Amino acid sequence: MPKLLDVCRHVRSKNAGPFWITVDLFFKNADCYAQYVDSHALQKETIARVFGIDPSAVKRFRVPDLNVLKLSFPRKVPQGGYLERDMHGGQQYVRLLPLDL
Amino acid sequence: MTSSSSTVNILVPTGALGAGISVDDVDAGLAAGAHAIACDAGSTDSGPAYLAQARCKYSRAAVKADLSILMRAQARSGLPLLIGSCGTSGCDEALDWTRDIALEIAEEHGLKPRIAMLYSEQSPAQLERAAEHAAIRPLPPLTTVDPQAFAQCDHIVALMGPEPYVAALQAGADIVLGGRTTDTAVLAAVPLMRGMHEGAAWHAGKIAECGGLCAISPREGGVMVRVGTDFFDVTPLRPSNRCTPYTVSAHMLYENSDPFLLTEPGGILDVTQASYRALDDRTVRVTGSRFVRMPYTMKLEGAAASAFQTIMLVGIQDPKPLGDLPRFLSRMQQALAKRVEETLSDAAGNYDISLRPYGWNAVSGIEEDFSPREIGLLFVATATTQELATQIAKTCNPLFFHMPLHREAELPSYAFPFSPAEIERGAVYEFRLNHVIEVGDPFALVRTSYIDLAENAHA
Repeated sequence: MPKLLDVCRHVRSKNAGPFWITVDLFFKNADCYAQYVDSHALQKETIARVFGIDPSAVKRFRVPDLNVLKLSFPRKVPQGGYLERDMHGGQQYVRLLPLDL
Repeated sequence: MTSSSSTVNILVPTGALGAGISVDDVDAGLAAGAHAIACDAGSTDSGPAYLAQARCKYSRAAVKADLSILMRAQARSGLPLLIGSCGTSGCDEALDWTRDIALEIAEEHGLKPRIAMLYSEQSPAQLERAAEHAAIRPLPPLTTVDPQAFAQCDHIVALMGPEPYVAALQAGADIVLGGRTTDTAVLAAVPLMRGMHEGAAWHAGKIAECGGLCAISPREGGVMVRVGTDFFDVTPLRPSNRCTPYTVSAHMLYENSDPFLLTEPGGILDVTQASYRALDDRTVRVTGSRFVRMPYTMKLEGAAASAFQTIMLVGIQDPKPLGDLPRFLSRMQQALAKRVEETLSDAAGNYDISLRPYGWNAVSGIEEDFSPREIGLLFVATATTQELATQIAKTCNPLFFHMPLHREAELPSYAFPFSPAEIERGAVYEFRLNHVIEVGDPFALVRTSYIDLAENAHA
């Protein structure tokens, strides 16, 4: 089974304001997008499990014109608290890379 | 290329004042028919400290260099200059800090602009009253409005829309320095003032808010947006850079939780039906953007200091602890807690010790199944005062620097780089608000004042 980096040319994460993280999966092409955008591993439940959050809080947007899947979810703790490890949320996507699609 | 007579053209020289502006790019934009120069100077993205401390994230010299280029371009061209969210947070103190830099530049270059100042910092008392009248709503993931949260903040700002900028320009301002404003509003203000398409104006503002980030080479200068009666065009300022339908449309993904809908003061930008096409190899035309009017709301941001931290760092290459890091770190955590308990006891107050092994799992905090060759182990003590955080660090010092994997092993000395080893990091800051306030009109929470250097010169 392929991993995310086998079918995406770029994956990134970033804060969307201090209370949300947003992840963008840029699939390599329309075929990869069509084949994998609705993979089990990219459903709200899987994402919620990886990040330890409530599945109903995960937002999922297909952007077919860009071959992109966008996943947004609330931070467990708002940006900047005393246990902050990733101020920009820029490394959060790495946790998704090992998922089997 | 669109003729400048049918569009309102906004020169956006950078994504953030202080990040760097090229004179050549600004000149290129002026030559290409700009009607206004606008950019943003703030963000919450670097964390709550900048709002809580009212300090700019960029250096004074960097902000002055950029502002100087823009103020001289403004004086040369006579075009309005709009800058939103001054001093990173856009609170009153940060705006005044920016004003002082502007006055210094004016003095040094003999400039005499009329400057409008738009203040949008809010008092806790006023917000408490608004909360009592149910005019404040939480935004997800928050679900409540805690009336005490306002007084706990060091600074609170409300994000302005374009209306105060428009009013200041209509009152004759050459330069508008704004407190906290949505990134889009400061760029949309002039096209909206001149009656251009609302959807196109707001969408252009969103696309251009990070300057060149909507182009092929994000670090090569800013962009020009030309807003028309039912479309807008976006072109990089630098001839070597290009915008493509892909780079422009992809910018709607950036730092937005929703790629199609963006809530702004007074409405929602809806780009679901937008279409992006190349006009030439550098310019993209966008049509189909919509702005749906809604009751006027302003987002609130508030931040405060919550605790203090003292940190220590060691480098570890010793293969023994590195060979069994889960066990080593767990033993270390227990030993440190025990040591604090034995020595400081209740005097330590409500505290936390966090061990973060950089080179292993410091970023994720999730256990890894490999043994690194070297880690940087960061010790973070969080306590109610700086003195307590430092006392906790000093109490933990011998264990943190010398604890072996096994109790009976010879005492190691891990590589610590500094003496004194403990570093007082200062306060921890937190964002306390994620709310919107409903206001009757866009000026209800905004205070405008003017500094007229031309008038002062005549006096």
